[in-house]
Parts: sequence; C-alpha cells; structure tokens
Amino acid sequence: MLKTFPLGGIHPPENKLTAGKAIETAGIPASVSIPLSQHIGAPAVALVKKGDTVRTGQKIAESKGFISACIHSPVSGKVNRTDSLIDTSGYRQEMIVIDTEGDEWDESIDRSPGIKREITAAPAEIIKKCHEAGIVGMGGATFPSHVKLSVPDGKKCEVLIINGVECEPWLTSDHRLMLEKGEEILVGISIMMKALNVTSAMVGIENNKTDAIDRMGTLARSFSGISVHALKVKYPQGAEKQLIKALINREVPSGRLPVDVGAVVHNVGTAFAVYEAVQKNKPLFERVVTVTGKSLARPGNFLARTGTPVSMLIEAAGGLPGDTGKIINGGPMMGKALTGTSVPVVKGTSGIIVIPAADAERSPAGPCIRCAKCVTGCPMNLEPFLLMSLSAAGHVERAGSNKIADCMECGSCSYICPARRPLLDYIRLGKGSYIKLLRERKLKN
Amino acid sequence: MTSILNVSPSPHVHGTETTRKLMFGVVIALLPALFASVFFFGTGAIIVTATSVAACVLFEYLIQRFMLRKEVSITDGSAIVTGLLLAFNLPSNTPLFIIVTGAFVAIAVAKMTFGGLGNNPFNPALVGRVFLLISFPVQMTSWPVPAGFATGYTDAVTGATPLAVIKEGIKNGESLSALMAKVPGTVDLLIGKMGGSMGEISALALLAGFAYMLWKKIITWHIPVSVLGSIAVFTSVLWLINPDIYAPPLFHLLAGGVMIGAIFMATDYVTSPMNPRAMIIYGIGIGVLTVIIRVWGAYPEGVSFAILIMNAFVPLMNTYIKPRRFGEELKNG
Repeated sequence: MLKTFPLGGIHPPENKLTAGKAIETAGIPASVSIPLSQHIGAPAVALVKKGDTVRTGQKIAESKGFISACIHSPVSGKVNRTDSLIDTSGYRQEMIVIDTEGDEWDESIDRSPGIKREITAAPAEIIKKCHEAGIVGMGGATFPSHVKLSVPDGKKCEVLIINGVECEPWLTSDHRLMLEKGEEILVGISIMMKALNVTSAMVGIENNKTDAIDRMGTLARSFSGISVHALKVKYPQGAEKQLIKALINREVPSGRLPVDVGAVVHNVGTAFAVYEAVQKNKPLFERVVTVTGKSLARPGNFLARTGTPVSMLIEAAGGLPGDTGKIINGGPMMGKALTGTSVPVVKGTSGIIVIPAADAERSPAGPCIRCAKCVTGCPMNLEPFLLMSLSAAGHVERAGSNKIADCMECGSCSYICPARRPLLDYIRLGKGSYIKLLRERKLKN
Repeated sequence: MTSILNVSPSPHVHGTETTRKLMFGVVIALLPALFASVFFFGTGAIIVTATSVAACVLFEYLIQRFMLRKEVSITDGSAIVTGLLLAFNLPSNTPLFIIVTGAFVAIAVAKMTFGGLGNNPFNPALVGRVFLLISFPVQMTSWPVPAGFATGYTDAVTGATPLAVIKEGIKNGESLSALMAKVPGTVDLLIGKMGGSMGEISALALLAGFAYMLWKKIITWHIPVSVLGSIAVFTSVLWLINPDIYAPPLFHLLAGGVMIGAIFMATDYVTSPMNPRAMIIYGIGIGVLTVIIRVWGAYPEGVSFAILIMNAFVPLMNTYIKPRRFGEELKNG
C-alpha cells in the first residue's frame, strides 16, 4: 500500500501532456516587467530608477521586513520606467520595466557548468544567502523561503519534507526538474537540512511519476539522510498539511504551523533554487514553466526569465489557439484565470494552461441535494455545503466556528459537487470576511 | 488579444458527476428489486410502479410549471426515484386512485411545499406511504401472496406478511416455534417469496442494488450498515433473553421492509445526515426504533415510522454532530 493522506481528496484527470518534454530555454524578451510583489508578505522596495543600467541577476528591489523577498533583474539593460501594470492576479501593481540590451550577467554569479556538491556555507550564511537571492516557495504559494528555514525559538524541526508531489493536473515543471536536475535538488536539500539542523529529509513523489521516483531514489543513495517515497496519486497531496500526514502521519493542528509537529516543507523547485543561490551565487530570476493545453501545437516545459510576458511563452508553445476561452496561471484546481496574455511570468508561475472556450464555461448550478460528497471529499473534513450557506447568508461568526479558516481553497468540494454549486467561491468570500473580522478584533484589543 | 477571456475563480475543472447521474444510478440500483417484484407478483407490480412514477413526475411538472411558474426540473430524475420508492412500499394490488393520492402527498405535500429537491425534511415516498397506511388501512395491508409472474393485477390472493403472522400469533399466545413454521423459511425470505410491499420482498435483489450503489459511490456504507447492525444486535439480545417470544435476528433482518428501508429509504440524500459520525447515530436510531415498534408497538412493521422519526432529528444532528476535522485538537492529546 502506497502512503497517502486519509481524509477526502479527489482524482481529477491528470492530463500531464508535457511529462516527456525536456526543459527548453525560452528566449529573452525585448522588455520585461518585474512586479515588486511576487511573494507573500510586504512588497519589495525598488532600488533602481528610470535610466539606470542593470545586469542580469542584479538586485533591483530590496525586501521590506522579515516576511518579504528581494527581487533581481532577469535581464541586462536599461530601466525604462516603474509603472502600475496588471499582474497575474488581474490587479494592478508596481512593476519595474526594463528594456533588454544583450545578456550581461552579474560577475558574482558562478556560471560554470559543473555541479558543486561540497557545502561550505554555515547555517546562518545559508539563510542569509536565500534571503539575498530572493528565494520563495516555488510550488506556487511563494512564501519567502528564508523565513521557513529559520526555525523559531523554542520550536524544533525534526524532519525536512520535500514536496515533489505535483498533484495539480497538467503541470510537469517539478517532474522535469527532478528528472533533469535531480542531483542539484539533492544538494539543495542537503543545504536546507544543514540550515534547519536536521539529519533526515523525505522526498514525497506521487506514483504517476515513476521515472522521477527511480531517478531521485538512485541519486539519493549518495546523500546521507535523504529518502524518496512514492505516494498514492490523490489530489491535494501537495498541500503542506496533507503531505506531512501522508509521509510522517502527523496532523498539523488547526491554526498552527508544520514546525509545531516538527516538520518543515519545501518544494523541489525551491530546493533547486537554494542550490543555485548557495552554491552558484545565482539569485532567483528564472524558473521552469509548463505551458500546456489541449489545443496548443507544441506544449512544453520552458525555463523562462521572470518578467517574460505570458504571450511569449504561448508563442514558444505554438501560438495562441483560435478556440482559446481561458488561460490559467498555475494548475486547473488552484490556479488563477488570467485577464490577458501581456502579464509577466513571476517566481510562482508553475504553469500556463490554455483552455478551449468549450471547457472554459462553468455548468449552471442546481439545488443542493445534500449528498454530502463535499464533506467526504474535503481533505480537511470540513462541511463545505454549510460553509457556503453561512457565507452566503453573512453568518461570519458561525462560519468561523465551523473552521472556515482551515479551508486551503483546494477546490475539491466544487470539483466533486454533482449539482455544480460554486462552493469554493462562497467559502473564499466567507473566509475573507472571517479573517478580516479576526484582524479587526485583534486591533481593538 | 481580440477575444475576451473567461476569468472565473478556481477550480477550473469539474468532475463528471451530476445530480441526474446520481438519481438514475439509484434507479438502476432499484431494478433488481423491481424484477423480483414482477417475478413474484406479476402484472400488478408493473401497473403499480408505472402509475406511481407517472403520477409523481406529473405532479412535479404541474406544480413547477403552473403553480411556481419556474423552470421545470423533472429531468433530474428525483421524482422518478420518489415514484419508484413509493410503489415499492405499496402492495401490488393497490387501487390506482390510492396510488395517485400517495404520489400527490409525496410530491406536492412532502416535497414541493418545502421548496422542492433538497429542501424537504421528510422522505417524500415514506410520507406518501404513511399517509396511505393511515387513510386506507384495509387496502394498504391486504398483501398479495407471491403467486408468480402470471398473476393479474386484481385477481391476487391476499394474506398476512410474515411479520404480521408472528405479531398476531404472539399476541394470541402461540409459541414462536409453531409460528416460525407458518412463515417462509430463510431461503424464501432471501429471494423474496413472501407477502409484503412489492419492492421490499427480495433481500438479495436489494443487496445487489446496495452493492451497485457502493461501487458507483452513490452512497456510503455508514447508514445501511448501522441500521442493519443495530437491528441485528438488538434482536439478538432479545432472542437470547427469551427465544420463545422474540423472533431470531435473521428473521427480523430479512422479513418486512428492513432491507429496502436501510438501503434505499434511510440513505435518501436530502433527509439523512451529512457526515459519517451523524450517519451512524442516525442509522442506529432507525434500527432501535424499528425493533421497538415491531416488538412492542401496535404495528407489525416499524421501518417507515422509524425513518420518519429519525428524519426529524437530522437538522439537529447536522448542527451538533460534527465530523472530526483535520487537525482538530484531540482531547488529552
């Protein structure tokens, strides 16, 4: 029996069209727009102004506060302007626009091809380098990694869990990275183990990526303390709490953090970024993006600089199909629909999915037949039907006491509902109101 | 970019399950019991079923179309399920006007007055059946004896159900062992060769439907297993205390409406609880009430009353019995 998490979960069609497509390097765009907020936490503060010349990898924005991340130029060239532009969320935010001239890298970056396995940096130095390199969670949540590598006083991390699950349908960027950069990832894991002062790390990979499990398993033999585990395919196994439950059978209590049960979870993409930052001094300004969809001529996995317009990646994948009805940034379960293709790729962009118009519309919703499929499908064992009606009626307090804040918005309830009710839409609304209420209360006291 | 993109919140994909598929799944699961009924009761079973289903669908259509003036949703299959279940709870020689009355009560009173599909507190088919049982006690308790496929609608010979035989006999002071000889044996009870409501007779056919619904994930095991389990446990205790007056557990499970009640009536989505913990408590409640009514109550059969009584507790159970949520602080741990 393969390990998995016990409660709820669904099995959406996998559609991993690009699993066999090697990572290609996407071209360097003529102009890039770099949002100052590509992470959870405070937006970074720009260090450059109009007319400044920058090099590839040069820091152009400084993190503001502890939970924030630095931002680096993905190209060399001249700063055109800072402007308020539409980002992947559909809202406007401040971006630094740089016109590309050549590709001149900052000389501090080690561009030699060899893999550097020997780890010389001390734990504090590792955390500092991750902070300086602007590393954030690459699975999509984009939480600043240096924060997660700094274990708070009084807490102890016992095991580092590495997320190679990639449970979202369609996406294959982590899969390809494990196949092609396995050794670098394992060095990255060893670096994080050193920073966290743990002796064991567990890599969880779903069993639909047997080649990656084999490859990582073989490579891991020459690294001490790292084990690779095959997991039963079930969405949302890549969610932090579900992955911890699947691998070490511990439940993160409601409202608490993984480190409270002795675990810290990082994505394989993050491990790779940590390797590059610590061993090669290379900040985070490019990432693997899966560009896929039924109607795309040439779907694939692309190594793209941040700030690359989504339209350019779609061109690289064969151009925007005529029947396009929706474009998703991220996976189909938790990703966000884009308002246009001019928006830039950011640190958290794991995939771009082009959906034909025929599949882009939702079916009309019917009455709730109280079948309880949303309850049995919820990986947190909440009652989505109830949270939806409480949210719709504005009963924020009652939604809160029914643990609406524990919802991670995985979408299993909306996916499974036979009446096609927009459960998650309302739950998101109610969760927002409840968290706002808690905040206001905190301010008052 | 000339065309306009659809921008909706996640998730952007949906499963293939629909309300209609679930309802027709239940219809498929009911087919074995329908075949068994036609096999034992003949044309009457077909006439009763067809009348009940047609009347239920028609009443739903008329109410939605002409009284509520809203979209007609009879294609969702829920009225068909109600019609089948109502028919399955009637004798195979029920007069047509009684069936139509039952269908009216089920759909118009028990379902549509509360707001239609998803809003009714009580199982519509059972409300229809109990209304008929109280209004037409004679017609509703003259059970045709199984005489084979060739039996006509009106020429059926009637007799008492096994449960009624036992109940009357015990009341008259007969010994249970003598009474057990008068009722069908275990094999006949399993295949359904006994008098009773047309859909409740064949335990095997109903269990086949149960297996189908489990396989298709239409229902979970919780309610049927807790109903059957609690009846088995309760009647075993009674039987062990005094086997001269209390019938054996297997007889209680196979005779009467326990099987159809546990598998098809108690598991009705709308009127049953929505999390496994509450489902088990609800199931045990039905089992215990059924035995109490059967053994000490005025009626020989108690499943439909037990389910309706427990239906009334469902909103309360949904409010106070919560699933154990992920990461919920455990007591003492």
